Amino acid sequence: MRFVMKKDYYEDIRLFKYRSTFFWYAALIAGCCLVPLVLDDYLISQLTFICMYSIATVGLMLLTGYTGQISLGHAAFFAIGAYTSAILTLKGLPFVLALPAAGLLAGLVGLLIGLPALRLSGLYLAIATMGFSFIVDEILVRWESLTRGNMGLIVAFPSIGPFSFSTETRSYYLTLTVLVLTILAARNILRSPTGRAMIAIRDSEVAAQAMGISLARFKTTAFAVSAFFTGVAGSLYAHKLTFINPESFTIIVSIEFLAMIIIGGLGSLHGAVFGAAFIIFLPQIILMSKNYLPAYLSEQTGLEPALYGLMIILFILLEPLGLYGRWLKTKFYFQMFPLYKKDTFKREKKFFKAERH
Amino acid sequence: MTFFEAFGISVSFGGLTALRRVVFEVNQGELFSIIGPNGAGKTTIFNCISRFYDVDEGTFIFKGRDITRISPHAVAGLGIARTFQNIELFKNATVIDNLLLGRHRHRRSNLLTEVFFTGSVRRQERRNREKAEEIIDFLDLQAYRDQVVAGLPYGVQKIVELGRALTLEPELLLLDEPSAGMNVEEIEDLAFWITDIKEELGLTIIMVEHNMRLVQEISDRVLALNFGEAIAQGTPGEVLAHPEVKNAYLGEEGAFAAD
Amino acid sequence: MELVNEILQTILSGIAIGCIYGLVALGFVLIYKATEVINFAQGEMMVLGAFIAYSLITVFKFPYWAVLGLTIVALGLFGLILERVLLRSLIGEPVFAIVMLTIGLGYFIRSGVSMVPFWGTETYGFKTPFTDEFVRFSNLVISWEQLAIIIMTLVLLTVLFLFFRYTRIGVAMRAASQNQLAAVYMGISVKRVFALTWTISAALGGIAGILLSPITFVHMNMGFIGLKAFPAAVLGGFGSIPGAVVGGLIIGVTESLSGVYLPEGWKDVAAYIILILVLILRPEGLFGVQAKKKV
Repeated sequence: MRFVMKKDYYEDIRLFKYRSTFFWYAALIAGCCLVPLVLDDYLISQLTFICMYSIATVGLMLLTGYTGQISLGHAAFFAIGAYTSAILTLKGLPFVLALPAAGLLAGLVGLLIGLPALRLSGLYLAIATMGFSFIVDEILVRWESLTRGNMGLIVAFPSIGPFSFSTETRSYYLTLTVLVLTILAARNILRSPTGRAMIAIRDSEVAAQAMGISLARFKTTAFAVSAFFTGVAGSLYAHKLTFINPESFTIIVSIEFLAMIIIGGLGSLHGAVFGAAFIIFLPQIILMSKNYLPAYLSEQTGLEPALYGLMIILFILLEPLGLYGRWLKTKFYFQMFPLYKKDTFKREKKFFKAERH
Repeated sequence: MTFFEAFGISVSFGGLTALRRVVFEVNQGELFSIIGPNGAGKTTIFNCISRFYDVDEGTFIFKGRDITRISPHAVAGLGIARTFQNIELFKNATVIDNLLLGRHRHRRSNLLTEVFFTGSVRRQERRNREKAEEIIDFLDLQAYRDQVVAGLPYGVQKIVELGRALTLEPELLLLDEPSAGMNVEEIEDLAFWITDIKEELGLTIIMVEHNMRLVQEISDRVLALNFGEAIAQGTPGEVLAHPEVKNAYLGEEGAFAAD
Repeated sequence: MELVNEILQTILSGIAIGCIYGLVALGFVLIYKATEVINFAQGEMMVLGAFIAYSLITVFKFPYWAVLGLTIVALGLFGLILERVLLRSLIGEPVFAIVMLTIGLGYFIRSGVSMVPFWGTETYGFKTPFTDEFVRFSNLVISWEQLAIIIMTLVLLTVLFLFFRYTRIGVAMRAASQNQLAAVYMGISVKRVFALTWTISAALGGIAGILLSPITFVHMNMGFIGLKAFPAAVLGGFGSIPGAVVGGLIIGVTESLSGVYLPEGWKDVAAYIILILVLILRPEGLFGVQAKKKV
């Protein structure tokens, strides 16, 4: 247990609470940069996907984890980002412009979705965003003149001038850089009035309004920002896979994103990354555990989604704070050792509190 | 110009009339209490001023400006802060985070500057924290500064909510049953704080209260409501001696044993 | 005359599928009214019901009506176990978490069904007393399958109506859904109400699955139709029982007409467009009531 003696208000505000935290993160980033030297292409590719999905989940986390607005439609923003970037680069726009354009268009759509969303709370919002996801999916399939429908689009590797990010390693560094910038931006938002307003909206809309926070303004901001990041992730996705079609952007993908932030731990940016990592590695984990399962089970194609669903159920039942929560609890255990009390994080017995009066 | 006025406020919910042509005035710098039995409409008035309900008839004028139909979040922007009967704090946040929310009114930054956390945003944040710390000092909340609100005792939570309203730097403060659930010592402290808020910080206060002793001790003027209608208005002494007011409270004999 | 026939035929099949949507929506609404949870796994209850019925009919050769009864019992039991094991421990947790749990559950059931021996990922059909039977009304040809769906839905609605209106426990459930604390004070076991709600909803899902089988056949993804029931419930007003069914009918008929008279693709999104429109124009739906939080 360390205490921070603060001499200046700025110490409260800055990004890293303890000096040591800064060094740990610097080491982490250094490690991430060195990783391609030791890993093979396949694993680097997986890491790239983790970074990519993390950008999207950070976006979703800002909206759902911090502002409390459930979105079952983020696959749609992912798709809008991917297709915008693909179509723009196919028409000749350089990648450096297509990427932000993809984000901005997705953000704009997010803003438009945020507007009707103002009248909806919690579950209605979830359903509405789900409907939105279906509609965008259908539009992608039907608007063949733009998207070539189910035949999909072939996309080039990202490139800045003559330099093309065509190898796994280059792709990885590109995505990693965007991820780091995204996280920085997100943290800045969270430690500023906008971030506080978003959290206030999650915890008590009434009090937020009484404090002068315009629900309309900040909910739509949250949607727009969230959609922007997800759109950027979509753009990176398109240029990495070099082929996109509507099948990659179904409601299932929306649910995947949601699962990522829940398993990772709602309400923390770490959770966004942990969750993405977990879900991306899940197929490998299942692959490895197939050796321990009876042949009958391991042969099934349904095994992966079934375990998926099971993971979600188990996490919600047993570890509602997600992987990040587990990480914090483990750290706490070691900090308090040997004085750690087993029931420190025991879930309090709660009684049903109706939202309706 | 009267600081705050209510003209002919009428509100009904379905068939139930909550307020019927209520009229009152509040002068700058005074502590105005609203009393009445349960269901008299006291909190309804606050909810109308905060714009959580719409009035059917009537107007509220604050510093010469009609605020009857503005949007709920604009109320704080004009300098009106309130506390709630059933605490509406942000339970999962710390005390300091809650207090910082009150500073939203003074936000001069926008999303773009915040994403890049420019110098002006930093300076604004410093100022916010300075102000919040002043309020913490004022209300003796230092011990609870970094604790999550959900775990705090009820009386402390009420003070935190008061603090949050103060960080807004309001001109008019609406207190909804501030002493509810507090013990005797806490109420004594509360009386001092409210008086200090009025005198040192120069705020005007409208207070809904059930605790008659508190009302008597610190209010400048009182409005008594019963079944949504104003039945008496004046100094505490006048109102509490009024026969109709005594009638409304029939059955609560010891309610205002004036010591 | 041809056109009128065609329109009527289309409307009729719309009504039939609308009844299914209505039944699933009913399951949602019941659970929502009692527990404020939206059960995203309701569609999967249909899948379970359909598969169980399929096995009982084709493998064990039970008669249709017995199978109907058995499936109701089986699904009811399943709902009960679900509530007991999973949901009871989550009482008081944020609704979001519970909803996510039902999403995960839906996944698990859907994939789990594909792993059960003799079920798997194939599509199956089974014979009902209504297969290939038709009724003729002047120029109109109505399949008995569709008629059966409509009639059974009416019967179910009547039964539920009588149950909630006139039986003790039905009234208790209504009371608990309006004000839990008061219900507890009146001696109503709220836990039992929850258990019963999930039991009934699961059973409703199972029946819907059996009724749906002749139309979509039995396969692991048939539960996706359940997602269409959301717009139905929202259209009707999420707290309203008659609303759920009316909403289902409207969506069913709209979809059916879109499928025939509008270009391709509109049929699939019709339900969601209606959903978005309702949410923008009248979020409380046709019969719902907007509740305001009291401060």
